[in-house]
Amino acid sequence: MKTSNLLLAATALIAVAGCAKKRPEVLPPAPETSDVTQPQQPTGPANAGIVPGSDADFRRSVSSNTVNFAVDVYDIDPTARAILDSQAEWLAKYPNVRATIEGHCDERGTREYNLGLGDRRANAAKNYLVAKGVDPSRLTTISYGKERPLALGSDDSSYAQNRRTVTVVLN
Amino acid sequence: MIDSLFPLSSPAKAGAQARRKAPIGAAAPVLRTGRAPAFAGELGLKAIGPLFAVLALALATPALAQTDPATAPGQAPAPLEVSVTGGVSAPLPIAIPVMPTAQAVSTAAGSTDVLGRQLADIVANDLRNSGLFKPLAPGALRPVAFPEVTAPTYDYWGGTGAQALVQGFIRANGDGTLTVGCYLYDIFSKAELGRAGFVVPPADWRRAGHKCADMVYHRLTGEGPYFDSRVVYVSETGPKAKRIKRLAIMDQDGANHRFLTNGQSIVLTPRFAPNQQSIVYMSYVGDRPSIYVYDIGSGRQRLVVQNVSLSFAPRFSPDGRYILFSMAQGGNTDIYRVSSQGGSPQRLTTSPGIDTGGSYSPDGSRIVFESDRSGGQQLYVMNADGSDQRRISFGGGRYATPVWSPRGDLIAFTKIAGSFRIGTMSASGGNEKLLTNSWQDEGPSWSPNGRVITFFRSGQGGAGKADLWMVDLTGQVERKIPTPLDGSDPAWGPLRP
Repeated sequence: MKTSNLLLAATALIAVAGCAKKRPEVLPPAPETSDVTQPQQPTGPANAGIVPGSDADFRRSVSSNTVNFAVDVYDIDPTARAILDSQAEWLAKYPNVRATIEGHCDERGTREYNLGLGDRRANAAKNYLVAKGVDPSRLTTISYGKERPLALGSDDSSYAQNRRTVTVVLN
Repeated sequence: MIDSLFPLSSPAKAGAQARRKAPIGAAAPVLRTGRAPAFAGELGLKAIGPLFAVLALALATPALAQTDPATAPGQAPAPLEVSVTGGVSAPLPIAIPVMPTAQAVSTAAGSTDVLGRQLADIVANDLRNSGLFKPLAPGALRPVAFPEVTAPTYDYWGGTGAQALVQGFIRANGDGTLTVGCYLYDIFSKAELGRAGFVVPPADWRRAGHKCADMVYHRLTGEGPYFDSRVVYVSETGPKAKRIKRLAIMDQDGANHRFLTNGQSIVLTPRFAPNQQSIVYMSYVGDRPSIYVYDIGSGRQRLVVQNVSLSFAPRFSPDGRYILFSMAQGGNTDIYRVSSQGGSPQRLTTSPGIDTGGSYSPDGSRIVFESDRSGGQQLYVMNADGSDQRRISFGGGRYATPVWSPRGDLIAFTKIAGSFRIGTMSASGGNEKLLTNSWQDEGPSWSPNGRVITFFRSGQGGAGKADLWMVDLTGQVERKIPTPLDGSDPAWGPLRP
């Protein structure tokens, strides 16, 4: 289960580090002397600005928009399943929303093969969501092969982060 | 197309024209030896017999045309011979002085005296970069007077240590075009080995230099020419997470570089059409990864297949009638063929594995491709209609990105076994040879003569970049191609007519 722990850690890292777009910052509550009327500083979009059913709403609601994979495979492991379950749940709440699932690979593969592997991963995630009741016509897939890495190092940890699918809700 | 003073199609006609249009000075003897061509400027001599026979015949002086040079009395030492695949023992010393012009004339390409120096540089660089020749340093060269071009001062050149001599001239014609003549001499035998002449528009002046180098290279190695050709590739810049990729084209020596797309969409894997008038490639424009054909003359692009899903890895067939490509549907990638004019694709592979990267044999009858149907990427060959698919790679490790040599004898590939290395194997899968040894080399493409391979090399880490490189079949001659930015996915075009 070492891979699982690694994936968990990687997923947590992603959750903490954030994806391409940052989640809106929420100020921690002030010390006990504060009262409920303490104003919030306008740092970034306020919670009230997030539209329900949008990609921003999706990202703050699900456990992660990203699912990771082991080397050369496209299996949906238990960690991935839990993440996709939470995605499926949200998608069920907004039945008119469409989404794209991007498939990505690490750089230790050749260009064209990685396009095919990214497609495999994207479809594996899509098929799981469909099995969970999401209408397939709502979901499209795309593969970026190794063209859009998340982590830039040439080490196993970076590679683990890059082997992923990202579910993007289309606004 | 360059107008050759000595047309390539017919040796007899070429010989006649050579005598008629010979430049100032005594006409050099025209070789008439055995099966060697009457005019040595003809390129692409596939009909000629074995290499050794050609060189032995070609090096006999005209007066002794029918004599075997090995036994003729008073002959020079061993004939000039350069072996391309045997291994580079010592590059052949060759003198390439500045090409004179009878009169310095200003042209659209520059002044003819300056061009004469630049032409000699083009020839010297091409020959040096092949790894087989060692042009003399400028300090050992001396100016060549115009009449001397066809009447070399052999004694001087012999003293420099050079074994071969390339002399030429450039002349501005009244109509704006340029005439370039190029002569190859064997210094010890004091004989002309070949000549080539061209009339070029000013925009194409560099091609005359490459054609001259090709004549020299072909004459001395027996191999087909390759210097007058272009490379199309993906120019890269920007951060590793979001590279800006643009199609770009350049001469194989890096000159005449031009961007073809603007970088707004990711573009990948461009390949020339056999007639060099267009390039097929993959683009993410509109977030719909598809195959496009880019017309080099007009700059217009057209979608090849009305998109059904992710399409990539395109290649033209040798006759230009078909485009091979890969399409991913529902998690499965297979190879398809479609008419290059567009239309409905014909499916060639059906395995549940990822089948991609198809490349035709030069006669168009077979296709080599990669598939992970056996568990990991390996090379397979099939007939052009998809029948009789057979695995040909069985070494340890994985094999990817196969490309069939234009000569038909070898298949180049990326081998993945820890590192990524460029290698070749015979078309039946044996005689594997690895040519490079770096962390990540991938994506080989053949020179027009099937003797040099271009590929791209990636560096590690967040600052790691990709660059274009070339390596020859011995693996001993490896060099980086100069590009304005970084580069990947190179594809070598055919020899230009």
